[in-house]
Amino acid sequence: MIQFSQSAREKVEELKRVYPTKDACLLPVLHIAQKEFGYISPEVMEYVAGVVGVSPARVYGVATFYTMYNKKPVGKYHVQVCTNISCHLEGSAQIVNTLKSVLGIEEGQTTKDNMFTLSAVECLGACGFGPVVQINDDYYEQCTEQKVKEIIEGLRKK
Amino acid sequence: MEQILLKNVEGTKLADIKNYTAAGGYESAKKAITSMTIAQIIDEVKKSGLRGRGGAGFPAGMKWDFVPKDFKGPRHLCCNADEGEPGTFKDRELLEKNPHLLIEGMIIASYAIGAELSFIYIRGEFVKAANTLEAAIAQARKQGFLGEKIFGTDKKVDIVVHRGAGAYICGEETALIESIEGERGNPRVRPPFPAVVGVFGKPTVVNNVETLAAVPSIIKNSGQWYAAIGVPPKNTGSKLYAVSGHVNKPGVYELPMGTSLKDLIYNYAGGIKNDKQLKGVIPGGSSTPVLLPEEIGVSMDFDSLAKAGSMLGSAAVIVMDEDVCTVEESLRLSEFYAHESCGQCTPCREGTVWMTKILDRIEHGQGVQGDVELLERVSANIMGNTLCPLGDAAAMMMLGFLKKFKAEFAQHIQMKKCPINKK
Repeated sequence: MIQFSQSAREKVEELKRVYPTKDACLLPVLHIAQKEFGYISPEVMEYVAGVVGVSPARVYGVATFYTMYNKKPVGKYHVQVCTNISCHLEGSAQIVNTLKSVLGIEEGQTTKDNMFTLSAVECLGACGFGPVVQINDDYYEQCTEQKVKEIIEGLRKK
Repeated sequence: MEQILLKNVEGTKLADIKNYTAAGGYESAKKAITSMTIAQIIDEVKKSGLRGRGGAGFPAGMKWDFVPKDFKGPRHLCCNADEGEPGTFKDRELLEKNPHLLIEGMIIASYAIGAELSFIYIRGEFVKAANTLEAAIAQARKQGFLGEKIFGTDKKVDIVVHRGAGAYICGEETALIESIEGERGNPRVRPPFPAVVGVFGKPTVVNNVETLAAVPSIIKNSGQWYAAIGVPPKNTGSKLYAVSGHVNKPGVYELPMGTSLKDLIYNYAGGIKNDKQLKGVIPGGSSTPVLLPEEIGVSMDFDSLAKAGSMLGSAAVIVMDEDVCTVEESLRLSEFYAHESCGQCTPCREGTVWMTKILDRIEHGQGVQGDVELLERVSANIMGNTLCPLGDAAAMMMLGFLKKFKAEFAQHIQMKKCPINKK
């Protein structure tokens, strides 16, 4: 049986005090669950349903609607390359290719050591500083082939 | 024009409430809460001519006024910080560098519509901005600007930061409301409009970040003062223009509403990179119809761009140089709309995927005679036939590219390959 940590449980209680309905806590609780468990598995969905007080079907519907909730395990670093128009004009396709060869994986795959997952994503809202790569919570802007190679190298050494 | 929204953001750490109040911050909120009636505030915002900065350009004062005055029970303000329209990165500038300006605007707007609990719906990817906002809200609470008995009155206003989770559609106001309620972001049927039945079934106003951030200056200086900036009477105030793509100095520029597109590209954004020629420019975010180089004399305001057959939208200017393949770029955008369609309405759900398939085959040398006409037909059948503007956005984008670059599409089909990409 999976369970939230003490601090996560406290955060959930706080959310329930703040929102006018329990249902409204669902998105924030899913964010917490992803931080706690890494991804939103069917088991996590059931657990979240119990925590929030809604049906597992409802959680499944919501979790599968929003792309930021990972329904499959991801690596320690989730590398997301923006490929929408402004980044595309600045060469994001080349950045995707560079990352594929540096990491030795295709889009949507995770490296064997579970360190990196590579995704091509839609607009990240940093269009003036493309190509943009988001790794976990951080944005890396004006990426070049050299720059992304260095970033990956740096993360490997961490 | 003196900057209103981005004033001092570079030199000063305005996210720290000490610096913000030292520069006169929260004086407007104090003035509104302690010395103005609701009617006076709404009247001032109406006089300012402030129109919604999220894309639709609806007059903000009028929107506030739509909230039923006789409604007993809670009302809510939702700040739309979803910033998902490709090309748009203006609100992030405010969220990260000037969060108190937004909070101050929200205090005034909340008071004006009678909301005690308000929400900032911020796109999930903006983790840094969400943390900045949370910290700023905590500071404002500590000072008594938020929470119970604000500014020493019996008024209550509080703000909750609600993070999205990666869905472009949640920038649409009724999808945003659904998302706050913990639902999938499926837009609602209107009427009823949110002003009557909104979040949690209560009267709700949804305003963009930039719209709310303009409010403190209006309360401080008067609506008349604001209305004198830009192109009065209908396109007033300052505007954040976000310029991206093939320019030397991409970035967010705060300029008077109605600045010419040419000036924006060649003067402020430093012209086209590598001395290339301009091929086309999308003036207001990916959904707005593309303009040709001979059309860039247009004034960047709601009504002038509408007259020019496009839209101001979110004022996200995407600049494309002579080497760009317009089939490839419209394909990229079509894929985006297909990915982001919520799937409720058949014309949008099926049409955007169909459009993508056709564009993909044209770009890869598999296009057949009649494909251009087919794209036009598919787009026309999406337009106006969906619950929300996502379908219209995809169709407008497509029809814009076809109208302005039809020859290039035809050339792809004739040559059975992309004549531009060397790949």
